[in-house]
Formats: sequence, structure tokens, C-alpha cells
Amino acid sequence: MIEDKAEDLDWDFRIEANNDPLNVGFSQVWKYRDLLMLFVKRDIVTVYKQTILGPLWFFIQPILTTITFMFIFGNLAGISTDGVPQILFYLSGITIWNYFNETLIQTSKTFTENAPIFGKVYFPRLVLPLSKVISNLLKFGIQFGLFLITLLVYYFLGKDVYPNIYILLTPLLLLLMGGLGLGFGLISSALTTKYRDLTFLIAFGVQLLMYATPVIYPMSSISDKYQMYIWLNPLTSIVESFKYAYLGSGILDWFWLSYSCVFTLILLIVGAITFNRIEKSFVDTV
Amino acid sequence: MRPVIKVENVSKLYRLGEIGTGTISHDINRWWAKMRGKDDPFSQIGSENDRSINDGSDYAWALKDINFEVPQGDVLGIIGRNGAGKSTLLKILSRVTLPTKGGINVKGRVASLLEVGTGFHPELTGRENIFLNGAILGMTKAEIKRKFDEIVDFAGIAKYVDTPVKRYSSGMYVRLAFAVAAHLDSEILIMDEVLAVGDAEFQKKCLGKMGDVSRNEGRTILFVSHNMASVKSLCTQGIVLHNGQYAFEGTTHDAVNFYQQNSNLNQFVNFSLDSEDILGNANIKILEFKVEALTGDYISVSSGVSFECTFYNEKVGINLDVTFELVNSEEVKIFHHAALISKDRDSKRGLYKVKGHLSPYILNAGQYKFNIIFGENQRYVLFKESEVVGFDIANESLGSNTETLPGVLRPNISYEIDFQK
Repeated sequence: MIEDKAEDLDWDFRIEANNDPLNVGFSQVWKYRDLLMLFVKRDIVTVYKQTILGPLWFFIQPILTTITFMFIFGNLAGISTDGVPQILFYLSGITIWNYFNETLIQTSKTFTENAPIFGKVYFPRLVLPLSKVISNLLKFGIQFGLFLITLLVYYFLGKDVYPNIYILLTPLLLLLMGGLGLGFGLISSALTTKYRDLTFLIAFGVQLLMYATPVIYPMSSISDKYQMYIWLNPLTSIVESFKYAYLGSGILDWFWLSYSCVFTLILLIVGAITFNRIEKSFVDTV
Repeated sequence: MRPVIKVENVSKLYRLGEIGTGTISHDINRWWAKMRGKDDPFSQIGSENDRSINDGSDYAWALKDINFEVPQGDVLGIIGRNGAGKSTLLKILSRVTLPTKGGINVKGRVASLLEVGTGFHPELTGRENIFLNGAILGMTKAEIKRKFDEIVDFAGIAKYVDTPVKRYSSGMYVRLAFAVAAHLDSEILIMDEVLAVGDAEFQKKCLGKMGDVSRNEGRTILFVSHNMASVKSLCTQGIVLHNGQYAFEGTTHDAVNFYQQNSNLNQFVNFSLDSEDILGNANIKILEFKVEALTGDYISVSSGVSFECTFYNEKVGINLDVTFELVNSEEVKIFHHAALISKDRDSKRGLYKVKGHLSPYILNAGQYKFNIIFGENQRYVLFKESEVVGFDIANESLGSNTETLPGVLRPNISYEIDFQK
């Protein structure tokens, strides 16, 4: 019974049950862009506070992982790297994989980690996962720098690396990696609000997913019978394209790359809708 | 003045019991219990609005058909007992949660302070936290920059602005958090009992600042507090909520009076086991709860208080405990004290009577009420009820002073007085 005496009162907004799943509220996110950037800054600044080595950890982690991979997969298991120096092969894979991995894991914790804030103050919830995408992009930038330096050293030493024009695809590849991380992250963030157990499952699942992506092995080492299944993983073409562009080894397949683009787009839409739905009821059910 | 907030038929429905248990195993456990026709093992834990559980429905209206308008520049106090729906209303106004039905039209920017220091990060410096917290509360970076010096000044932390806030004393922390909030540049400010923090002097400063802002800048403030004194000193208008419904609207003075007169509870309740509206659930049924003077005819500062609860217990073989919680009229918890009924998992089905007493000269004169909570193994709530009974403690004059003295306690202190020189 909204009586119709609008009496030319203009209202700025109306708070009511909003059941439109497509109303994701991007305009609100834009309004809160300062907050978005402050969250990014917080993430970067606080991660390694009170550690001895501080920001050096951004480098140490990929270096140690690379060494571990070189030892286990390169030497013990003897998995081929397609003639690419092992250190570059693993470092390239880890660098781009980490971006996806970190984005997914961190966005999936949006609700569980921020429950106290969400219960006390309004801001567009989407700001938080988006800030994770950006802060992880910055972390990626640092690790990418490490990779580039290593690549240049090897290039001038005349090793078997052939960076090429497809390097220009990098922004698209990052967009896809970030988009997939965000999309999966948004969906898992919604699921973990109901079942906390899923947090463990997700961490485990992502680890398994890495083995279904050509991070530690080249696509060429997969037999024809299984190639198709590996390509169905939307991350495969991104990692392969990345390796092809910077190392000259790997497969740049336009069909599968377009497949990843479509996959990412659909995933993001589904993710945004799921997130939007949970966002509304979260405070009442947590 | 034109209204800046218009609340239309706002209702909020909460689903009880079936809220997420958090883990799959709990859900399977619940499903299994249901299949065997047993009680949901998770339904009683932490359900806030327990008054409504008794009617056996899974849903409770935390708010029902609330309508009101707030004209620009008003300072509106929202008062009501625990569970009256105040916090839910504030949450809806702050857009933290959405109403189930109805809507609210708002003109102007809203800043809500359901808590101070939301989002403060201990590792960040005072400066960084001012920006982060300000942005969380809805300010832009440029606005915060403009007010930065004023905020630091108000909080009195100029020297430590580049120190991580984890090194702050708790007083400094709260002052900084409050200073950010007090400088919010919004047309509408919503506050929930945040004034219950910080030292008294700083509280006064904040109250003063809030009052100034509403008088001089025409800002509209909505304020929820259990502290009738601060409601009276800050607000011009008041509304009273009762069990999720709108009960009264008027000047602050009238609203506070209405609230206090209507919160009078009986000193004595009793029910028969088979009656419809019995106080209890499948675990516990309260048959009688009474409060009496320990000595003399009526309860006064010098009489002491005796209280007695008779209940029927259905849970066999557990560690049963009953907790009495005493609350004064300012909603301050005076104590929360448990009686262990059975220690070795040997509770029996049947009638129990628990009797306790408070010696004379402990509590000051005033209005008090008892909450009661029955627990299992000191972990699970079997049944709880707020404000089961209420009583007045009559004043007694101290020497020639016949007025009620300030303070929560009214101890009998013997002094030794010695003239030294």
C-alpha cells in the first residue's frame, strides 16, 4: 500500500527486497572504486609485514617452487620440457599458474573471511573479490619480472628460447587467467558460505587442476588419446599460448583459445549471478 | 522539514533452526535425526529470537509492518527491549541486510555506524587505517584527505599517526575509530550503541560533536541505545519497538517513559505443565519463577533478594546447568551466574527446584529483571528466555540523603575514620 502522494519528493534510493538476479550493481562498484584500490593496497602492504625478508617472499616462493619442480619432475620423474631449459619452463608455468591459483583461493574466501565486516557495513560486496584480482595481478607483475630477467639471461646466452610476436597476447591471457580465477572463486565463495568443508576441497581441487594443466609437462608429451581431455580444461590453451609466446615451445591453438574466452565469459556471468544471490542472504544465514 | 527517510511496511522474516550449520557432516547429522523423528540437534544453538520458538513455527518476524518517517534534521532514538527488532531495523537501514517485505525511501547519503573501526587492520598505520576505514564507511579518498587533519586532531593521535594501530593503546584505537566515524560527511547517520566505548570524557566529546552536527548542519541521526541517559540527552524524537512491532512514537521524553512503564514485568510467573502457553520447549518447561525479599515484606536495598525457579526437565543423563542473568533497567548485565544441577551426566527427568539469594546491601535501588538459560554440558543451550520476571528494589535513605544514589552497587562499607593531626 504505497500511497500515491509522491508529492514530487525525489528519493535517492530505495531499500527493498531485490530479486533481480541480473542486477549485479556495477555502478555501485564504480562509486566505491577508492575503496577497491585501498583494499588492493592493504593486501599488498600487509601480506609480509613482520616477516624478516618482507617483499622478497614474492620472489622466493616461485624460485623455490621452480627448484622443487626441477628436481622432482625434471630429474626424478624425467618429464620432458620440450628442449626448453628446465628453469624457464617451470618458472613460466608457475608464474601464470600462480595468478589463477591465488586469485581463486583468495576470492573464494570473500564471505568467510569478511563476515564481521559484512555484518556491520554496506559496500558493494563485489569490491572485495575484484580487489583480489588486482592485488594478485600486481604480485603476478613482480613474479613476471623475475621470469623476464631469467628469460633475457638465457636468450642472450643463446639457449633454446624463442620469444616471438605473440607476446602481444599477454594482456588477453592475463584477462582470461584472472577471469577464470575470479569466476571459479565467486562460485566457490558462494558455496563455502553453506559448507565450510568445501574450503579444503577447493584447495585440494585446485592442486589437482594444476596436474590437468600443462604446467609441469608440455602438451606434446600427452598422447593423442588424452590430448582432447586436457584441451577441454580452459586453462590449458592459456598456459600453452603463454609458453609459446615467451619460449617458442608449446602450442598456440586459436580454436581452443577462443573456447577459453567463451568459457571464461560464461563462467563470469554464472559467478556474478551466484555471488549476487548469496550476497543478499549471507548476513542472515551465516 | 521534508522527510529524508520513509519506512513503508517494512517486515523482516527470519527462518529459525534451518540456518546453515556450516559443515556437511552437521547437515547429514541433522537429516539423520529428522529421519528417525528426533529433534534437530542444531536448532537450539544460538538462535537469537527465541521468544518466537515457543509457538513451534520455523519462522519469526523480527520486524512486522513498520511505518514511519524521519524529517530532515531530526535526531531519532529507537528504543526497545532485547529482541524488539531495533538491531534488525538498523541493519536494514544500513543496507547490511534486506527487508523481506516493504521498502525504505532514502534521500541523501547514509553512513551507518553499527560498530566503530570496521575493517581496521592491526598491521596498518593510523594514517592508512583512516583512509581504509573512511572508504569502507563510504567516503571518497578526496573527502578523507580534506578531513584528515581534523580527524587526527579529534582523536589526539598526531604523534602516532604513522605507527601501526596494533601498537596503540585500546583507548587510542577507539578514539581514532570514532574520530573517523564522527567526521563522516553524510546527510544521514545511523548509530548503534557505539557510544558505549571509550572513556567517559571522550564519550561526552563525541556526543557533543554528534549534537553539534545535527543542530548546525541539519544532519539527520538515527540512534539506538540501551542507555536511556544518552538517548535523552541526544535525541529529540523517539520510537519504541516491541516484539518487532511499532509501539509508540513521540518526543524522546514520552518515548522513554512509555518504554519504562511498559517494561514492567511480574515478580512472579507460574504455569501448569499442560497449559498451552507454557514457558519452555521439549527440553525444559518452567513451572514457576518467583522473586521475593529475603527478609521482610518487600524487596529493598537492605532486604536482600531471594529467587526460586521450579522447572520440569526432560533431558536424562546430561550435565544440566541453569544460568541466572540479572539485568538492570539500563540493560546492563549485573551478573551471569550458573547453578550446576548435575555434574556426572546424571540429570533425571522430573521436577527440579533451584533457589538462590543475594545478600542485603549488594544491589542499588532500581528496576531489575532476570533472564534464564538452561544449558547442557555448559555448551549447548537447551532453553533460554529473556526477562522472565522483573522486580523493583526500593531505595533506602543513607543518612539524610533520601535520593537514589548513583552506581550499580549499593554496598555497606564500614569506614574507619581517624583524625590525623
